[in-house]
Amino acid sequence: MRVRFILLTIALSLCCAAYLSIGARGDWGFVLSFRAQKLAALLLVGFSLSWATVVFQTITGNRILTPSIMGFDALYLLLLSALVWSIGAQAYQALSAQVLMTASAALLCGAALILFKTVLRAGRGNLMQMILTGVVLSVLFRSLTAYFQRVIDPNEYAVVQAASFARFSNVDTSLLLLAAVLSLGAGLAVWRIRHRLDVTSLGPVLSASLGEPPRRVQWQVLILISVLVSISTALVGPVAFFGLLVTSLTYLVTPSCRHSEILPTAALIAGIILVGGQTLMERVLDLSTPLSVVVEFIGGLIFLFLLLRSLR
Amino acid sequence: MIDIQDVTYKIAGQPILQDVSLQLDKGGIIALIGPNGAGKSTLLSLVARLLPLQTGTIRVDDLQIGQTVDTVLAKKLGILPQELTVASRLTIRDLVGFGRYPYHKGRPSADDHDRVDTALHLFDLSDLAERQLETLSGGQRQRAFVAMAYVQDTDYLLLDEPLNNLDIAASRALMTLLRDLTAGRKRTVVIVLHDINYAAAYADRIIALKAGRVVADGAPDAVVTAALLRDVFETPANVTTVARRQVVLV
Ligand SMILES: Nc1ncnc2c1ncn2[C@@H]1O[C@H](COP(=O)(O)OP(=O)(O)O)[C@@H](O)[C@H]1O
Ligand SMILES: [Mg+2]
Repeated sequence: MRVRFILLTIALSLCCAAYLSIGARGDWGFVLSFRAQKLAALLLVGFSLSWATVVFQTITGNRILTPSIMGFDALYLLLLSALVWSIGAQAYQALSAQVLMTASAALLCGAALILFKTVLRAGRGNLMQMILTGVVLSVLFRSLTAYFQRVIDPNEYAVVQAASFARFSNVDTSLLLLAAVLSLGAGLAVWRIRHRLDVTSLGPVLSASLGEPPRRVQWQVLILISVLVSISTALVGPVAFFGLLVTSLTYLVTPSCRHSEILPTAALIAGIILVGGQTLMERVLDLSTPLSVVVEFIGGLIFLFLLLRSLR
Repeated sequence: MIDIQDVTYKIAGQPILQDVSLQLDKGGIIALIGPNGAGKSTLLSLVARLLPLQTGTIRVDDLQIGQTVDTVLAKKLGILPQELTVASRLTIRDLVGFGRYPYHKGRPSADDHDRVDTALHLFDLSDLAERQLETLSGGQRQRAFVAMAYVQDTDYLLLDEPLNNLDIAASRALMTLLRDLTAGRKRTVVIVLHDINYAAAYADRIIALKAGRVVADGAPDAVVTAALLRDVFETPANVTTVARRQVVLV
C-alpha cells in the first residue's frame, strides 16, 4: 500500500511539474502564477469529483453509478439557471459568481436530499431501474435548463452558458478560493466518516447489525456529494464519466476495501488523469481535441463495459 | 430474555406474522423451524430491528427495540441474515474484523485483533484468512459470516439458516461450537434450521411457525413428532427414537 501510494504521489508531482513548466515562455513569474491557478483548479476538480463518486458508490452499493450519471451536475446547472432567471438582470449585476455558486450549491443540497433519497431508497438493489431513473432525470434537468436559458435575458445568459459545457483548458479561476475552502471542508467531513463508510459498504443489513444503519450516513453523504459536485461543476462544467473512470482505475490498483486507502488513491489518480492528460493534450501533442472529450470517451466505454458485464 | 409481545406484521395488508408472543429465556439454543414462508426470517428481522415494528413490542433484556440507540443494541444482539451478498474483495480477516466494529469504531486495538485471531481459529478459517471472499466456496463464506457474528460478542445471536451451504462436518462443527458457546447459560442463540434432525440434536427448545403463527413450542422430544411433520410441514414422515433422541426418517 505504501509503495503504491508513493508511486502515485511521485507520478502526480511529475505531472504537475510538467504542466507548470513545459512550453513556458516569456515572463516566468507571470506564466507560473497563471498556470498555478489553473493547476490548483484542476486538482480541486479531481479531488471533488473522485471523492464524490467513491462515497456515492459506497452508499448505493454498486460500482457503476456515479453522481454525474444520476444527474447531480445537471441538477446543479438547472438550479443555477433558475436562480439567474428568477433574480433578474438588476440583482444579477450586483451578485458575484461566488454568491451564485454558494446559493446553487445550497439549493442542490436540499434538492438532492429530497429527490435522490427517494430514488435511492426505491431503487436499491435494482441497478437498471436506478440507471434508467438517472438518465430520465438528467434529460429532464437538461431540458428544463435549456428552457430557462431561452427565457433568460441575453446579458445573463453568458454566465449560465459558460457553465454548461465541460472545459478543462478554460477553468473558471475566479471561484478558486471559495471552491478550495468548500471542497476541503467537505473532504474533511468525508474523511471523518471513513470508518462508517467502510461498514456501510457491507450492505444495509450487516451495517445495521453492526450499529451503523445506512439511512443515517446516507443523508450526510448526499449533502457532501452535493457540495463536491457543485464545486467541480462550477469550475469546469459537467463531466459525465470522469468519476467512473477514476473509481474504476482506483479499484483496479488498490485491493483494499478501506476508505482510508481508497479515497487518497482516487484523488491521486484523478489528479494524474486531469493534470497529466491536460499537459499531454495541450502542451506536448498540441492537439485541439479537448481533454474532456477523451476522458468522456474512455469513461463512457468503461460504463458500457461494466454495464454489459453486470447484465451477464 | 427476549420478550416478544403480540407482534403482528403485515406486508400490503397480508399478515406475515400474527399475534406472535414468545419469551426466549437467556441461555441455550432455541431453534426456529417451519415451512418456507412461515415468517421465520421476518420474526428474526423484527427482533434485530432490520424491519420496523408495526404492532406489538419486543424487548431484549431491558432494551426496547425501536427505542434503543443502534450502537448499544449492536453490542447486545448480533444477527446473521439469510441472504447475504457482500460484493467486494474483502478478505476473510477483514470481514471477521468488522464484527468488532461496535467496540472499536474503526480503530481496532490489540485485543480486537486477538479476538479475531481466536475466532478464525475456532471456525477453522486461519488458513483462509487472507483470501478474498469471492474466491471461496459458499460454505467457507458462510463460516466467515458466522465467525463475524461470533466476534461481535453479543449476549444474543440470531442466525438465519447458517447451515445453508455447509457440509456435514462443518454443520456439526458449527452446532457443537454454538452449544459450547451457550453451555455456560450466558449466551443465547436463536437459530433458524431447516433440518429438523439438527434441531432435535442440538437445540434446547424448538419453536415451530406456520403461516405466521406459533404452532408448537417446547423441548425437542415433545415437539419433534410425526404429528408435527404432518400438520406443520404437511409431509407424512415417520419419527423414530435413536439413542434417546428423536430422528426424522427422510
Ligand atoms: N418484501 C416482501 N414483500 C412481500 N412479501 C414478503 C416480503 N418479504 C417476505 N414476504 C412474505 O412473507 C412470508 C414470510 O417470509 P419469511 O419470513 O422470509 O419466511 P421464512 O423465513 O419462514 O421462509 C412469505 O410468505 C413471503 O412471501
Ligand atoms: Mg427465511
